[in-house]
Amino acid sequence: MEGLWTRIALRLWVALILLFLFTPIALIFVYAFNTSNIQSWPIPGFTLKWFTSTWNDPDVRRSLALSLQVGLGATALALVLGSCAAFAIHRMTWFGREFVSLMFVLPLALPGIVTGIALNAAFSFGGISLSTLTIVVGHTTFCIVVVYNNVLARLRRTQGSLIEAAMDLGANGFQVLRDITLPLISTAVVAGAMLAFALSFDEVIVTTFTAGAQNTLPLWIFGAIRLGQRLPEVNVVVSFVILVTIIPVVIAARLTGGGGTARVPAAR
Amino acid sequence: MKFGAVAALAMLLVAACGSTNPNTGNTLAPPPTANLKPPDKIGAGEGQLNLIAWEGYVDDSWAKAFTQQTGCVVNAKYAGSSDEMTSLMKDGGGGQYDMVSASGDADLRLIYGGDVKPMNEKLIPDYTNFQTYFKTPPYNTINGIHYGISLQWGPNVLLYNTTKFKIAPTSWSAVYDSSNKGIVTAYDYAITIADAALYLSKSQPSLGIKDPYELTKKQFDATVALLTQQRQLIKKYWGLASDEISQFQNGDAYIGAAWPYQTIQLKAAGAPVADTIPSEGATGWGDTWMLATKAPHPNCAYLWTAYVSTPQVQAAQALFFGETPVNTKACAQMDASSPGSCAQYHADAPGSYFDTIKFWKTPVTTCADGSQSCIPYDQWVSAWTAIKG
Amino acid sequence: MLLLTPPLAWFVVVYFASLVLLLVTAFWTTNPFTTQIVQFWNTDNFQRLINEPTYHAIIGRTVLIASLVTITDAVLAFPFAYFMARVASRRIQTLLFAAVLLPLWASYLARVYAWILILNHSGVLNWSMHLVGLPPANIGYTNIAMWIVFSYIWLPFMIIPTYAALERVPESLIEAATDLGARRWQTVRDVVLPLALPGVVAGSIFTFSLTLGDFITPILVGGAGSTLIGNVVYDNVGIANNVPFAAALATVPVAIMAVYLLIAQRLGAFRAL
Repeated sequence: MEGLWTRIALRLWVALILLFLFTPIALIFVYAFNTSNIQSWPIPGFTLKWFTSTWNDPDVRRSLALSLQVGLGATALALVLGSCAAFAIHRMTWFGREFVSLMFVLPLALPGIVTGIALNAAFSFGGISLSTLTIVVGHTTFCIVVVYNNVLARLRRTQGSLIEAAMDLGANGFQVLRDITLPLISTAVVAGAMLAFALSFDEVIVTTFTAGAQNTLPLWIFGAIRLGQRLPEVNVVVSFVILVTIIPVVIAARLTGGGGTARVPAAR
Repeated sequence: MKFGAVAALAMLLVAACGSTNPNTGNTLAPPPTANLKPPDKIGAGEGQLNLIAWEGYVDDSWAKAFTQQTGCVVNAKYAGSSDEMTSLMKDGGGGQYDMVSASGDADLRLIYGGDVKPMNEKLIPDYTNFQTYFKTPPYNTINGIHYGISLQWGPNVLLYNTTKFKIAPTSWSAVYDSSNKGIVTAYDYAITIADAALYLSKSQPSLGIKDPYELTKKQFDATVALLTQQRQLIKKYWGLASDEISQFQNGDAYIGAAWPYQTIQLKAAGAPVADTIPSEGATGWGDTWMLATKAPHPNCAYLWTAYVSTPQVQAAQALFFGETPVNTKACAQMDASSPGSCAQYHADAPGSYFDTIKFWKTPVTTCADGSQSCIPYDQWVSAWTAIKG
Repeated sequence: MLLLTPPLAWFVVVYFASLVLLLVTAFWTTNPFTTQIVQFWNTDNFQRLINEPTYHAIIGRTVLIASLVTITDAVLAFPFAYFMARVASRRIQTLLFAAVLLPLWASYLARVYAWILILNHSGVLNWSMHLVGLPPANIGYTNIAMWIVFSYIWLPFMIIPTYAALERVPESLIEAATDLGARRWQTVRDVVLPLALPGVVAGSIFTFSLTLGDFITPILVGGAGSTLIGNVVYDNVGIANNVPFAAALATVPVAIMAVYLLIAQRLGAFRAL
């Protein structure tokens, strides 16, 4: 239905938005080669030395490992809890459904700083010392929501008739789950998990308040930014992470975007 | 909850009597940990050491060798400000952290909060080589009890762009002068109030400011008024050292208070900058390694303190960060790796020099004369929020 | 019901208990010197919020910036999402979707920091403007800089739900509208927009609340007058260690979001989430 000019205008708009989205990322790539650890435009010179120093930096390795660990932990917990919640809510018909649904969205909708200080106050009140575990707990609260949203949306689109047909043909509850429901929702689960992991991996605000002596990668980056001594190392690490994630992201986009069930990725 | 009944009663009281805060920052009572006896000798290392430190204080260039020597693996959490350190150290380090490299403005809060405990200076061999002032500075030693071992110190200097200011400014008045509108920067923390108070103590003697950390209501209000005016000149306050470096490098600031670290970094990048200590003197920081009350690895903590007090490590850290070692023996080491640096950083300064530096300390209600009329730190913080708007 | 128990228990025990405790803390106080929490019940913290004009200004500024960012993102995202959902081929659609997701993997901090390089006095923006003969923009370290960077950072969070909603508008409905003689713009206005609205509202929940709770972007790219609610909360928790006052202040964004969520629910945003 779009006319020629509308199409051209839309293309131009998309190009400009892409430029807007990727200019800073291009700068991150370029300044990974900066000779100076102070960023100024234009770049004073190119060097590869930050790649070696980043590779040899034990802090980077430790924080990267911790971020992976936390991301996996939080995603795993969120997968179980979020899927349970989605199945339960999907079956619910009573009036409380809207309320419970709203409740599960809260950790995303309330500002991260509120979640962060609430958890911080609760941990210190309960005498729980901050550790890797408390970071995982903090991240899980908002990761659940992403998984929940993805799975619930897919369930809503799944035709009930399929399940009914299977039941009519004599399948029991377990068989329906294994042969019909799980295959139907599997891509939604995978996409939800990817987003949950991405959010956990880049979370700063809740982590600031729930981390103890450990540095996740974003906390290490914040530290490196403070004095600026290792600023190019930050760019090296970030460039590396982007390059590594391109393929999984495209796959996730195929799974979600292609299937037409794009879900909100939610808060960092 | 067990305090439910108490809470209900308290609510009634609040309703009946309005609200008066029952707590005043009374510093006259001895610190809660004063009676904890420090160890007489250092036992075997526990294999781990968790530190809260200023960025760069646990650099691999000396931390690695420590781990090799002692088997203590060092985990550092970098904090951005003294206030953040105080927060991280609450509840005696929470059984998690062993030590904190606190600056003077955090020390008394940690000591009177019971978050740190006395240390035995005899277990630190290099302690005898310390500058006299830093053996028992008022911010970490109370009634002869050491709540930590001094580490390094440095002044808050006036950093300026030499193309804009061809002649070195001689007074802090430059950062309050309206002709410098838009090119001034200042440190984004409440302790900056002390810088303004120091300036007022010289420029307006009638206010009678003797100590920039002990301000009466009238003195405090005058200082806040000066800073509120200064707010109009400032494009951006710097919260991170890299902020200020970036501002000077990219033409967003030409003058402002800084650490010597920023000067060193900017000069290394070829920026036209210099720093100076103006005629009014300067505020400064003195850092102390303090031992958490609930430190899980006290032996590694003592081993670390002894290690960072040695001349080699003292000199390495001083040159890395642009600050001054407290160990007088470090002077030769500094000159060996960077000729002239010992004198440049005043590492060989006579005792009288320390009178010109007003070291950061926590503002408390109790003034030096024992009266309770000074403005405590929490009011500094809220005033600072109001100044920035 | 059995399925709901574990997630519900998690939420109640971890999340709600913490929120309630936070609210309770707001009625306590701290020892001003050692900054330890004293369980002395009073309403001083709230009185301070109500009486001091500084906090009114900060709350007003935060809500204003959050609203501007939300509107900006909605305007930027809609044509983009429209193109993705209704014009692009399946292949381009997938690629664009990946392009929107990819920035989420480039550290938020590093992206904000890259903006400093763009916006500062001798940065990329002023350099480019000089190149084409324009006067310098000088928007570095201002509220405008903050507005641009927030809009940038949260844009993917607006594009994705908007796209999802647009994608679900049935083709048959649009054809029907066209068959009935509706002009293109009429179809967009009367058929597509109302159906996409829940998606935009869902996205706005994120852009709005994320701005409301952020303190890092103001620190890095904001100027002398860019303090937001998040900064004051952070300063009081992370810096002054005055958790009770921070808790009192944190009830402000919670209240604002509660109102926002109620409106969003009316507009059907939860079905579009």
